[in-house]
Amino acid sequence: MSGPGSLVDIRNLSIRFRGARDVHAINDLTLGLAQGETLALLGESGSGKSVTLKALLRLLPPRRTDIEGTMKVNGADVMSITGRALQTYRGGEVSMVFQEPGLALDPVYTVGRQIAEAVQRKKRVSRDEAMSTALDMLRRVRIPSPERRLSNYPHELSGGMLQRVMIALALACRPRLLLADEPTTALDATVQIQILLLLRALQKEFGMGVIFVTHDIGVAVEVSERIAVMYAGQIVEEGTTHEIIKSPRHPYTRGLLAANLHDVARGTRLDAIPGAPPPLDVKPDACPFAPRCPLAEARCRAALPPVHQIGPRRRVACIHADAPMEAA
Amino acid sequence: MFVYFLRRLILVLPVAFGVSVICFMLVQIAPGDPLTAIMPVDATAEQQAEMRAAYGLDKPLPVQYVVWVGNLIQGDMGRSIATGRPVAGEVFGAVQNSLLLAVTAALIAFPIGVLLGFVAGYFRDTILDRIVTAISIAGVSVPNYWLGIVLVIIFSVNLGWLPSMGAGPGGSQDWSWDWVHVRHLILPAVTLAVVPIGIVARTVRALAGDILSMDFVTALYAKGMSRGDVLRHVARNAAATALSVMGLQLGYLLGGSILIETVFNWPGSGYLLSNAIFQRDLPLLQGTILVLALFFVAMNLVVDVAQAAIDPRIQRN
Repeated sequence: MSGPGSLVDIRNLSIRFRGARDVHAINDLTLGLAQGETLALLGESGSGKSVTLKALLRLLPPRRTDIEGTMKVNGADVMSITGRALQTYRGGEVSMVFQEPGLALDPVYTVGRQIAEAVQRKKRVSRDEAMSTALDMLRRVRIPSPERRLSNYPHELSGGMLQRVMIALALACRPRLLLADEPTTALDATVQIQILLLLRALQKEFGMGVIFVTHDIGVAVEVSERIAVMYAGQIVEEGTTHEIIKSPRHPYTRGLLAANLHDVARGTRLDAIPGAPPPLDVKPDACPFAPRCPLAEARCRAALPPVHQIGPRRRVACIHADAPMEAA
Repeated sequence: MFVYFLRRLILVLPVAFGVSVICFMLVQIAPGDPLTAIMPVDATAEQQAEMRAAYGLDKPLPVQYVVWVGNLIQGDMGRSIATGRPVAGEVFGAVQNSLLLAVTAALIAFPIGVLLGFVAGYFRDTILDRIVTAISIAGVSVPNYWLGIVLVIIFSVNLGWLPSMGAGPGGSQDWSWDWVHVRHLILPAVTLAVVPIGIVARTVRALAGDILSMDFVTALYAKGMSRGDVLRHVARNAAATALSVMGLQLGYLLGGSILIETVFNWPGSGYLLSNAIFQRDLPLLQGTILVLALFFVAMNLVVDVAQAAIDPRIQRN
């Protein structure tokens, strides 16, 4: 997805962390998002999902990070935003909801103050006005008795409540893009559903684009219109949620679906994907999934797989993508 | 907040009681008979017994303690065996001088320590961090009485800029805020400030480093906060712990400057204490230790209340 109508346009993004041991976290990643669209970025730990989000907000430590490729949000080149413009961009244009709301809020400031200070910075309004915006936001995320919650400290609220506060904070300046980094992973199952439903409702209400990072395919199906599957810092398959669920083309996607709990009869063993993701201390020059892939051939280990563009926004990075696949 | 303050205040009472018992007993345990210091060598047994009775030293210890505390409450700390002057006057004069020295040293040490620590924590693992770490290790490790002597050699003996002894010209005891007196304060205060600079810098460095690596700092940047905003948040988070360390340091500065006060002949509590010990001056020793210990207790109370005011998580329990 690209062109004037696109909200996010990431092209050939590669990110390398320098250190005692280099890590090639993102390798030639291309990804697009339309205005108002919700995309789930699906993959296991270490696949580069969170790094992609942090790169979009320029939150990676500049001294230790090499970034190649281009990232555009709303047509603006993310890497060239600096100084005050960067402060306006963060939280104003793009904002983020974190995995652990209890750790992402400052423990010694009230939640009201923490929402209000973001508003004050962006909108140049008075303290009182910012506070009333904060109150309005707490109402919108459906927190009971929001007036009292304003003056609560983070340790006085439950995990689900804190994630609502975090969402209120993220949306307070009406960003066009919301980055959600596993926002339900740290929560109880019942609270997870509430937060997912809330995010879905707020997405409709505010009309922002959402990139939702998760390792849980069930969650991805619940929130997103589109899914991009990540492996070893690359997108291995992308399509609408329906396409990914009903006709996965990449063996990794099929593995993820098979490893999921839904529709599994009691007593049958879950099909786990054998092995572990590759260490990324060198940039992959062959299919990174080949060592774990049941369909791997010699040419998989010889060169990077071609990206098959099956439809306008449907692609698979696998040599088997053309041929209809038998059950893995 | 007020309830917390009251509760904390009430908790001070048993601590103060314990402190008074320990002060009293500590001196009893110490070897040596106070009377031998003031009685002539050839004093008869009757004369000794008479003296003993005059100071109440013939009574059982619990009785002595009750009498001592009873008098204390009335502001009477007894009379110095060595000089015969009231202990209260001696102690408060000395504590005032020590307080002057300690607070001056703290005013020098704390801002410098906090600044150095913050810089090191913010620029962790850079050359700046290493310089600050070296300074703080040196500050903590260098024996400060030795440093005091070196400073005296440089600034008093060789350069002749600053006096090396006393709290005023000609051993004057009356402090006033003029250059004639303040000159005397500079060398001991600077010497005394070196250790707390190191300790505070190290503490703040660790605090700032830890807090800066917390998730909420990333989240602050993510919501568009400036570097200054982030530093304000970090400072507020570090304040409670930093404050408790500084409170303790102020306590140590007040009581623990015996060596420095001796080096500079500063007429403070440390100086008084060492004299009292050498002269086996029981009432003076007890009084000085008690006042210093109670000051420590009060300092802790102030720090606790200040911490609770800064960090909302503390009041809860």
